Amino acid sequence: MADGASIPIDLMKPAGPTGRSTMRRFAQRRSTIGFLLCLPLILLVAGFVIYPAFYAIYLSMLNKKMTAFVGLGNFEFLLKRHTFQLVIFQSCLFAITAVVLKALIGFVLAHLMHNIPGKNQRIWRGLLLVPWVIPLALSTLTWWWMFDPSYSAFNWVLNQFGIANVPWLGVGWIARFCTITVNVWYGTPFFMIMYLAALKSVPDQLYEAAAIDGAGAMQKLFFVTLPMMRNIIAITVLFSLIVTFADFDIVRILTSGGPQDMTHVFATYAFQIGIQSGDIPLGAADSLFMFPILAFAAFFVLRGVTKRTQEIAA
Amino acid sequence: MTSRMMTTVKAGRPTRRKALKLGVASALLPLVHIRTGRAAGKLSIGFWDHWVPTGNAVMQKQVEAWGQKNQVEVQADFITSNGNKNLLTIAAEAQAKTGHDVFAFPTWEIHNNVDNLEPMDDVMKELTGKYGSVNHVCEYLAKIKGHWMAVPTSSGTQYKGPCGRISLLKDPGGIDVQAMYPAKAEHTALSDKWTWDAHQAAAEACKKIGKPFGIGLGTTSDSVDCIGTLFAAFGAELVDKDGNITVKSDKVKQVLEFGQKMVKVLPDDAVSYDDASNNRALISGQSALIWNPPSAWAVAKRDAPQVAADSWSFPAPIGPAGRFEPYLPYFWGLWNFSKNKPAAKELIVYLMQRDNVQARCNEVAGYDVPPFDSMLDFKIWEEVEPPKGTVYNYPLRPFHKATPHIAALPAPPDIAVQIYNRGTMPTMLAKLKSGQSIDQVISWANDELEGFTR
Repeated sequence: MADGASIPIDLMKPAGPTGRSTMRRFAQRRSTIGFLLCLPLILLVAGFVIYPAFYAIYLSMLNKKMTAFVGLGNFEFLLKRHTFQLVIFQSCLFAITAVVLKALIGFVLAHLMHNIPGKNQRIWRGLLLVPWVIPLALSTLTWWWMFDPSYSAFNWVLNQFGIANVPWLGVGWIARFCTITVNVWYGTPFFMIMYLAALKSVPDQLYEAAAIDGAGAMQKLFFVTLPMMRNIIAITVLFSLIVTFADFDIVRILTSGGPQDMTHVFATYAFQIGIQSGDIPLGAADSLFMFPILAFAAFFVLRGVTKRTQEIAA
Repeated sequence: MTSRMMTTVKAGRPTRRKALKLGVASALLPLVHIRTGRAAGKLSIGFWDHWVPTGNAVMQKQVEAWGQKNQVEVQADFITSNGNKNLLTIAAEAQAKTGHDVFAFPTWEIHNNVDNLEPMDDVMKELTGKYGSVNHVCEYLAKIKGHWMAVPTSSGTQYKGPCGRISLLKDPGGIDVQAMYPAKAEHTALSDKWTWDAHQAAAEACKKIGKPFGIGLGTTSDSVDCIGTLFAAFGAELVDKDGNITVKSDKVKQVLEFGQKMVKVLPDDAVSYDDASNNRALISGQSALIWNPPSAWAVAKRDAPQVAADSWSFPAPIGPAGRFEPYLPYFWGLWNFSKNKPAAKELIVYLMQRDNVQARCNEVAGYDVPPFDSMLDFKIWEEVEPPKGTVYNYPLRPFHKATPHIAALPAPPDIAVQIYNRGTMPTMLAKLKSGQSIDQVISWANDELEGFTR
């Protein structure tokens, strides 16, 4: 009965005036009640997601003074800028490298965790989740102190072994490495916990059957575990890709996009040109560049998930 | 009296004449000013959250005193510039067309929000009539198409000249800063020899003993202000006042040639400096000189008293085109959607009175620089210690023979703001530091500037 169809209530009662009874029937439908219960959330999503999204699209099509419509002019302008081309490259490098590393490390950690018996697993699980539950801005500040140009804790350790200081945030590629490292540190627990949940849902009988057929550990991994986890892996990767592409805190706190713009990602560059330099339409256009990339990724990932779900159902 | 009137009214018969009188009286009633509690309405102000905590308290006190006197309910919020919270609030209020009545706008935000601001010519006329004119940087940033769109304030306004260690600059730097810029109104012959070459020589000497000048090549304002001043001292404009890109000029080449020498003596991590890095470099004793307002000295006074007692603020060195000092003014602007404009203007005038400006300046140990030259004689700059007179030369005065400057001036402000916030000038030097040639750097800058001048 949860299909939204009407439920006959008070059938024995004599029907009142037609209008009133229609309204009453409408109000008593499960679908109506469901809609009304969801309405606060729908309004929140509309107010805080849909409206800002469309407003951003609208803003991105205005001139700098926001007095004239320029169509796709801001997008065209950005694509021609060398710095913005660098930003596209860096955003992709940052997001793809970080997500791949998080997925790999998360996968390994989930397996290790899965094999820890009883109470100990809970303790380790809690400990490994710590990076993910600490507010990102706070933990990134701590990382920044460790990378700090003048008083780096890492450099202090290196100095103890007679190794010279490393300009962690002062050289482009090293700074890129640092921003990706912090993102991986922060995001890996999410992958781990998702993969762990997926691992726990794989029936033991499948492994037993594989063992009877003479499958080794690697064969079990490739022919039992991975196929059973594919949907979870795909959705986790997609979710993380969206969040990582939109990352702002890490780059903003660690490098502010420097040195020489070599760590800017879409969000930090949008903030710099939109808020700091007073060109809100250009900033909006910049931030919207993420949209087609993520929509493209989402389309293929979700299509794969749907296809596999249908295969399982069949 | 009231009861007698009521009795009379009750006693009298309603007539056409009485009805007419009552009607006229009712119509005229709103024209009569009745002063009751909070009669002049409400006012909300977004002040800059001062680095010095007592800076907020004295402001709050002044605002409350004015509110009580004028029967206006004033709400004062102190909004931090950390994380650009103030810029975000300005952007949000400009979009929503609601929020505070008055806001503290940093440097470029007047131009960014000019369409939403109320002209303040009347306020400026009153203030300049009483205290004299303000400098050209204030005009450049807030006088738009002949109209003052905001009022330059002292709260948050700062110079960012050098603050150096007296002992280290003397030996090995070879500069006696206290003799060059003593704590009295005097122009010295030594100050004429304070050139960018002398700055370079001292930086080289200090670098050799492991105390490099803490000058950053990042994209935050301390780096931009210092390097912007260097460009100005060489007369090197990236974009001229008419908006033409002038980066391919001999003067730019000249400053970059100097920059090639300069970057070699800066800290190894200069390109990743932010606005706190130079402060830490001075306070920790690792640096002989930084370019900063006295906030670094103030923290040193608390955390490293021996460093504070050895620090001295003084004007920037002179270059082929003159002596320029980084100057960052704050402005108080009135949103044109404010519902209480007259009260807002009255409050701004009140807060900019000499006594009030001085009281606030004293409270923050001279950090805030008044926009009017006539107010540059406050005793606080003589009295602050240790050492006595350390910030005497912090605010520029005529005998310093220096010009206040903001990086990217004289480019049109809508272009200049991008040059400033994208850190184009320090990035040019950062590229030199990474080994790029002058031609490569100019080519990169030209490409960037083409984007800014769209």
